[in-house]
Amino acid sequence: MHMKYAINRGDELPEESSYHRSLKRKIVVTILLMSITPLVLISGSILYYLEASYKEKAVDYLKIVVMKHRDEIDSFLNERLVDLKVIAASHPLDRLVNPDFLEAKLQAMHGAQSLGFVDLGVVNSEGAQIAYAGPFKLGRADYYDALWFRRAAIQDSYISDVFMGLRGLPHFIVTVRKESNGRTWILRGTVDFESFNALVHGIRIGETGLAFILNRSGELQTEAGPLTVSDKKQAAQVITASATSMTEVRVIEKQDREGSPTLYVTAPLKDGDWLLVYRQNARDAFSVIYRARTIAAAVFVSAFTAIVIVTVLIARNMVQRIADADAQKRLMNEQVIHAGKLASIGELASGVAHEINNPLAIIMEEAGWMEDLLTEEDIRGTANYEEYRRALEQIRAQGKRCKGITHKLLSFARKTDPEPKDIQLNEIVEEVVSLSRQRIKYGNVTIASHMQPDLPCVQASPSEMQQVLLNIINNSLDAMEPDGGNIGITTRTENAQVVIDIEDDGPGIPESILPRIFDPFFTTKAVGRGTGLGLSICYGIVQKMEGELSVASSVGKGTVFHIRLPVSPDSRSD
Amino acid sequence: MNRTRAGAPPENNVLITDDEVEYVRVLSKRLSKRGFEVTTAFSGSEGIRIARQKDFDVALVDLKMEDMDGLEVLKILKKMIPDIAVIILTGHGSADAAREGLKLGASDYLSKPCDLEELIDAIQRVIRHKHVTDCNIQSKHSQVDQSL
Repeated sequence: MHMKYAINRGDELPEESSYHRSLKRKIVVTILLMSITPLVLISGSILYYLEASYKEKAVDYLKIVVMKHRDEIDSFLNERLVDLKVIAASHPLDRLVNPDFLEAKLQAMHGAQSLGFVDLGVVNSEGAQIAYAGPFKLGRADYYDALWFRRAAIQDSYISDVFMGLRGLPHFIVTVRKESNGRTWILRGTVDFESFNALVHGIRIGETGLAFILNRSGELQTEAGPLTVSDKKQAAQVITASATSMTEVRVIEKQDREGSPTLYVTAPLKDGDWLLVYRQNARDAFSVIYRARTIAAAVFVSAFTAIVIVTVLIARNMVQRIADADAQKRLMNEQVIHAGKLASIGELASGVAHEINNPLAIIMEEAGWMEDLLTEEDIRGTANYEEYRRALEQIRAQGKRCKGITHKLLSFARKTDPEPKDIQLNEIVEEVVSLSRQRIKYGNVTIASHMQPDLPCVQASPSEMQQVLLNIINNSLDAMEPDGGNIGITTRTENAQVVIDIEDDGPGIPESILPRIFDPFFTTKAVGRGTGLGLSICYGIVQKMEGELSVASSVGKGTVFHIRLPVSPDSRSD
Repeated sequence: MNRTRAGAPPENNVLITDDEVEYVRVLSKRLSKRGFEVTTAFSGSEGIRIARQKDFDVALVDLKMEDMDGLEVLKILKKMIPDIAVIILTGHGSADAAREGLKLGASDYLSKPCDLEELIDAIQRVIRHKHVTDCNIQSKHSQVDQSL
């Protein structure tokens, strides 16, 4: 039976899959949703606020840098203007038109680090240059049509945009208008474009940060440097599109042509004529954020992976346990069904046994009746008389055998008393002894009982206890046939146990078979006389009562059975 | 066998109550042959009716009969004739039924099929006992169920 279950179990385990697989999937999805969702929400919001605050700080810092830079450039331009104003104010025109004097002034203005001005020139109201000092052979150039001259003629001072001019090089000039003796003239100086560029370009942060200047129409006022044509165009677009008022520091973020976000910080120069633009790749400007993002992503990915792995492991483990429990449940169900089958077989058997008893009784009585009749009829003298007798004797003997079988069947199939109760073993012993009296009398056996008067109760089923005692006593009686002998039954208490000793002075049990006497179907009786179930049933009953059934025997001296049963809890507390 | 046949006692009125007709007949014949005065009843109610009309020393009662339960018959008989001795003789025996019967006043309990000698032994013991004392039937049990 056990082996059958083991095989069944092995067969059934692999086919649990489809239900358990979907269960596993559900568990995995649920746990993942439950754990990943808060992870995403929390880390996402933390990252978002962290980025926002860091960006604000970074932008603020850029603004300050750009503003300071703007101030520097502004003050550079102002210094140039003041230089010219001082020269124009402190010297009369006739001295300034002297090229040597002008040259001397130009040399005097060359500072330690920068040239300041590349050249100086004086232009009359008609746009004709009347004096020049500098490296270019400009001589008496006519600027009447030059854009800057038109502007310079109507303003006290003027700083031009960058233009190519007569020299064919990008430059810009600073002019101061002066009136003396009814004549208007203009002192003009070309700013050292290189040092100006160096000044503007001096602001470089990170790898991509660079500064340049644009005029109102978006034209570059400094050297292009690393800027490409498309860069310039884009920058111009950005500025003209978004910087409608050229008055304050502004920050604009825009995708560049390649799609990477670019940061523009703009500050107005020259009363809004020019715009200082600081351009940096956002990735570069916010490199800390991007690094943090990368780290966060790495952490997130590893956390996600860990969660997934753990979830799958947990789900697998849980489902395995559920599958095991299911398998066990199925097994138990099978066992319950099996037990139910056994029970109904038992009921059937006992019903059949009962039904057989009546006809069997009739058969045996009829046989007995025939025997009765045989004793008195004339038939006594006939040839077959002995045969008749023998046949009837056989009928009786086989009937008895049937009776033995039906009674065995009944006792085997009998339902045990539903509940064990507190019983006094002395009473049971007396009952059993009195039940056995008939056999004792015929078997030439004396039975002596020594009962402990105040024997505590035990928890047991009375009918089962009776069965155990009767079986052992019957075995003793069988063993002592035909010579007879003595049986002693003692009840006593030992270590919170009630002990019954059943002792006989029969032939004893050989040592070789002693260990096997409680085995089912083991019998020494002739075929048909014993089923070999008696003692094994007794053993099971005593064990079920949490007791112990043991035997000691020596050949020629006798056998003693000990039944030990725990004292009932109610009785113990007395 | 000789002993029982020889010693049929003076009071030996036996009532057999059992719905197994053939069994009752053969048992009646065998007991009669051994000197008992046997009356037969083939159902519980018939047994009670007959017992009301006539005195019996011993009544043999089956436990399961079609019209009545043997224990019920036992109860009624004991109530009607307190000094009647009842022996339960049944094929549907169990230790519980035996105990119940003894508790209700049955003098002995035998399970079918049983040896005639055994039955006669029980009947005689019960009758003898009735003369000695009318109480303490408990100590007089025959073997209830040898195979127990």
